[in-house]
Amino acid sequence: MTDIALSSLYQQLILEHYRKPRNKGVLPGATVEVHMANPVCGDEIRLHLQLDGEERVQAATFIGQGCSISQASVSMMTVRLKGKSLDEALALAERFTEMMHGSREAARDRKLGELRALQGVSKFPVRIKCALLGFDALQEAAKRVRDQADGSDRG
Amino acid sequence: MNGPAAPAGARVSDRRSRANAFAARARRDFPALQQEVGGKPLVYLDNAASTQKPDAVIDAIAHYYRHDHANVHRGMHELARRATEAYEGARRKVARFLGAADPAEVVWTRGTTEAINLVASAWSHTFLGEGDEIVLSTQEHHSNLVPWQLAAARAGARLRYLELDGEGRLRLDRLPELLSPRTRMVALSHVSNALGTVNPVAEIAEQVHAAGALLLVDGAQGAPHLPIDVAALGCDFYAASGHKMCGPTGIGALWGRRELLERMEPYQGGGEMISVVEREYSTWAEVPHKFEAGTPNVAGAVGMGAAADYLTGIGHAALAEHERTVLEYALDRLAAVEGIRLFGPPADERCGAVSFLLDHAHAHDVATILDADGVAVRAGHHCAQLVMKHFGVPATSRASFYLYNDTEDVDRLVEGLDRVKAIFG
Ligand SMILES: Cc1ncc(COP(=O)(O)O)c(C=O)c1O
Repeated sequence: MTDIALSSLYQQLILEHYRKPRNKGVLPGATVEVHMANPVCGDEIRLHLQLDGEERVQAATFIGQGCSISQASVSMMTVRLKGKSLDEALALAERFTEMMHGSREAARDRKLGELRALQGVSKFPVRIKCALLGFDALQEAAKRVRDQADGSDRG
Repeated sequence: MNGPAAPAGARVSDRRSRANAFAARARRDFPALQQEVGGKPLVYLDNAASTQKPDAVIDAIAHYYRHDHANVHRGMHELARRATEAYEGARRKVARFLGAADPAEVVWTRGTTEAINLVASAWSHTFLGEGDEIVLSTQEHHSNLVPWQLAAARAGARLRYLELDGEGRLRLDRLPELLSPRTRMVALSHVSNALGTVNPVAEIAEQVHAAGALLLVDGAQGAPHLPIDVAALGCDFYAASGHKMCGPTGIGALWGRRELLERMEPYQGGGEMISVVEREYSTWAEVPHKFEAGTPNVAGAVGMGAAADYLTGIGHAALAEHERTVLEYALDRLAAVEGIRLFGPPADERCGAVSFLLDHAHAHDVATILDADGVAVRAGHHCAQLVMKHFGVPATSRASFYLYNDTEDVDRLVEGLDRVKAIFG
């Protein structure tokens, strides 16, 4: 691995989010709360989302511990989620995943905002899981919200 | 320099240059170490996870496949005879390596994990009952915990735990109160993989036997580093993995006292392990074959036998002297790194591994940055989550040393940590 790869992995923006995570804390009145862990490395987060009646994210917070990549990624994700519909949030997760798997086109997508700083992770296969931890939690949260909605439709 | 410190200092530098010469000689035997990673010579410090392989082992396996392979114990032809001899010859080598007088007391397994599962299953079947107790420690690798949890759940037995002190030693002062008339088995590691702590097995064995229980020793990290004499250790079972002692993956050994092995039920059923098969029942082959159902990993056994010979050729005294020197140097240099937290006991009570954390940088980030410098370490819980809980940390970075590592490898590690600090501040 080259120095260039390493410095693109540990960009200032990532280190900044790691040191001063945004939206860190519990969210009283959250619509949904998901715990997600990577058993291999012990990284974990708890993602809290508050949605309005139209499934739009009013607030997103997290608590957790882990490496710089997992924690910066979740921090950036929560910033990005605010105001998004659940569908937009899932599209973001998909786009981010494409970037992790090396898509240059995804890495240019402005919709990803600061999350694009994480594109260097794609060069470090063992760390991709770290970067995806928050998005895994997001996808699980969306699933729960929708399962619940389905359930109450039927009920 | 003058005064009394000078000769001691000279002795230390002598020992270091001897250790480095020893490592340089050993390194020539290991083809995988002759490569660059990240544009720098590979520094392999992940030996507690798995060691590299010397030519002697690689060649023994290749020679076996090129010339002698057939199924064992079954054929009437020349190659079957040679394969059987290679397989049983390797068993004799590993028996000698473990200090076992009787090769029939050595059962081939896939590794330490399977060896422990074998005992936890086959021994527990007959000898563990409701209300019985098994004593473990919080130092254990998951492979010396989970099999016992499964066995205890099946039998309705209870697990009790020996705790650790602040430096990762077993709290042996607590052992007497943990041992009860219901204790059937005590299962402990010889050397901790997460901390490097060496446990006083012989002393423990005495207490365990006085309480009427048995002692299983997880030797995954003991066999690679220490001279093993199961008789002197006084244990009842000893488990080891080939791949952690210069041998191949997929092979390991369980040593067990013969009268115990004989009284145990088989572990798996199949070919090789039977004597007579009727419609409703079968009778078992003699030990150790009773525990070796199916076509075994013959090439693996050959490789582990070659690894045992290789290490015996190196010599345990020379190996221990070398490892002590490198480990002392590593602990000294690491202790001087600002913002580092070291886990585990002092050098004279440990072998092989050093776990550490840096302020501000997570263990994984440390491992990634070191890897970019060609330094291979492990980050995570090291399959020892109870150790992590004991110290209240989610993960550590771990550097683990072997015969081919020298003080320059330690220097490269420390330089890498400087780089981590430059990035994470
Ligand atoms: C102390 C200890 N016990 C058991 C094991 C399991 O060994 P294996 O994976 O070779 O079965 C290991 C290796 O990770 C270990 O370090």
